[in-house]
Amino acid sequence: MAEQLYQRDVYGQELLRLGALDKNIVVLDADLSSSTRTNLFAKQFPDRFFNFGVAEQNMMATAAGLASCGKTVFVSTFAVFAAGRAWDQIRVSIGYNNFNVKIVATHAGITVGPDGASHQALEDIALMRVLPNMNIIVPCDGPQTAEAVNTAAKTSGPFYIRLGRSKVPTIENENDFKFAKAQVISPGDDVTIIACGIMVSEALRAVKTLAQKGIKARLINMHTIWPLDNETILKAAKETKFFVICEEHNVFGGLASSVDAVVAEHCPRKVIRLGIRNRFGQSGEPADLLKEYNLTSLDIEKAVLSNIS
Amino acid sequence: MENKQLSIKELELKAKETRRLVIEMLAAAGSGHPGGSLSATDLIVALYSNVLRFNPKDPQWPDRDRFHMSKGHCCPLWYAILAQSGYFPKEELMTLRKFGSRLQGHPARSTPGVESASGSLGQGLSIGLGMSLAGKMDKKDYRVYVLLGDGETQEGSVWEAAMAASHFSCDNLCAILDFNGCQIDGKCEDIMGLEPVSAKWQAFGWQVIEIDGHNLQQILSAYDQAKTIKSKPTIIIAHTIKGKGVSFMEGVVGFHGKAPTAEETQKALKELS
Repeated sequence: MAEQLYQRDVYGQELLRLGALDKNIVVLDADLSSSTRTNLFAKQFPDRFFNFGVAEQNMMATAAGLASCGKTVFVSTFAVFAAGRAWDQIRVSIGYNNFNVKIVATHAGITVGPDGASHQALEDIALMRVLPNMNIIVPCDGPQTAEAVNTAAKTSGPFYIRLGRSKVPTIENENDFKFAKAQVISPGDDVTIIACGIMVSEALRAVKTLAQKGIKARLINMHTIWPLDNETILKAAKETKFFVICEEHNVFGGLASSVDAVVAEHCPRKVIRLGIRNRFGQSGEPADLLKEYNLTSLDIEKAVLSNIS
Repeated sequence: MENKQLSIKELELKAKETRRLVIEMLAAAGSGHPGGSLSATDLIVALYSNVLRFNPKDPQWPDRDRFHMSKGHCCPLWYAILAQSGYFPKEELMTLRKFGSRLQGHPARSTPGVESASGSLGQGLSIGLGMSLAGKMDKKDYRVYVLLGDGETQEGSVWEAAMAASHFSCDNLCAILDFNGCQIDGKCEDIMGLEPVSAKWQAFGWQVIEIDGHNLQQILSAYDQAKTIKSKPTIIIAHTIKGKGVSFMEGVVGFHGKAPTAEETQKALKELS
């Protein structure tokens, strides 16, 4: 059994490390610091932490004001409130200004679980992807979360980093994390599976089962949604017959849409999209919800088998 | 950098010149917002001339005072005062709203002297709050000024910022409310009542200074007084007249977002000569 980590635990620890190295780092939260784990930073560096209470719009625009004075600002809350509630502040005050604000949104996706639809962000990638200047990373596991946070801290401009609520298994992976460069986790020429976030571990399980059936699936971890690694996508389009895209997000506007657009423009291939289809979420345990919304390794395997010729 | 202090007489002349520039810019652009630009002119001319600490040769000087125009649609006024202050040539003012211009229809960082974009109302007080917190963290003595529109305070996020600025004891933050009583669809009190304005800000923990926003003596005194207030933010509630200085624009809601015609421009410039 692989190591299992909470991405937000890793985020909290990484902030502590970065905070000690760089006095310019400031952290903001909106009454969710114990859930997002920014409370670790708050305890260690109380002078550089601000809790805004339940007021995300003010928090986002204040982050922009701090950034205008040269601060590197990490802002955290749940993904629904970060990307949804404060979208206009992100658009005008952070994105348009191209300020150094790093939004680290936790509790994204259906695996938020029992809290139900209001708290399950299934559209946040879409909301961020349409904003010029916004860099987007959806790390697949704990160690990659640290890489993403590190990249955001040292790369100028706004970032949106999407983290989940639940523990995720650490992916065995021989390649180093490189911002804006997709990771090919397993080679294969029969089909390309592209996933991000927790769907990478589901996809990896599917790849292993498919291998037993003689199907060689290429698995790509598209951790960076923007800037998108077109090169790796197009290489796969040329070398494999079709794509299966897996994301814990609406099939509109997220990873599938991103890949779709590149493939359609440069090298048309069939693209099967596994994601949330025109539905809100609901309460339940993460495992049950993944089943209900067709996001398990079995669903991925089925999608490959029913489309392979 | 300390700027030369202007006398009341000099400020009056400069305000008149600024209003003329605003009218000329809007006429050249063929669109834009005269009403709120003219109502806030005296407040901003006094601020840039006698209060703000800045250096146009070094716009990013870390110790500069910060100004942010949260009611971004009144940027013709901001651009006019920035040009007069030496941030860019006055001739450039006539490129307002034109393709390729650094002077966008609503403020953007392309304009020298503009710290942050605005135009979507209700965000600027938060921007100022961030600047204020950064100053406190860095132990800098700069002050932060934010110009708010009265209609703008119907945005809920303004009150989120008001609550936070008081909570964080931001005494280096001074909001200026251009209380001209008009918004696009009519008089504020008819559209969405704001009163009691002063009591609302007091209840949020702010020091309130109420003035006639066209009386330069009162304006300068208010800025001076604001600097002495400790442990809480200050708001200068400036009672103003929309379209101030041009008789046929004064108090006329229709001139919120309508450029003057050629004939109106001539008439306005004559009144302001």
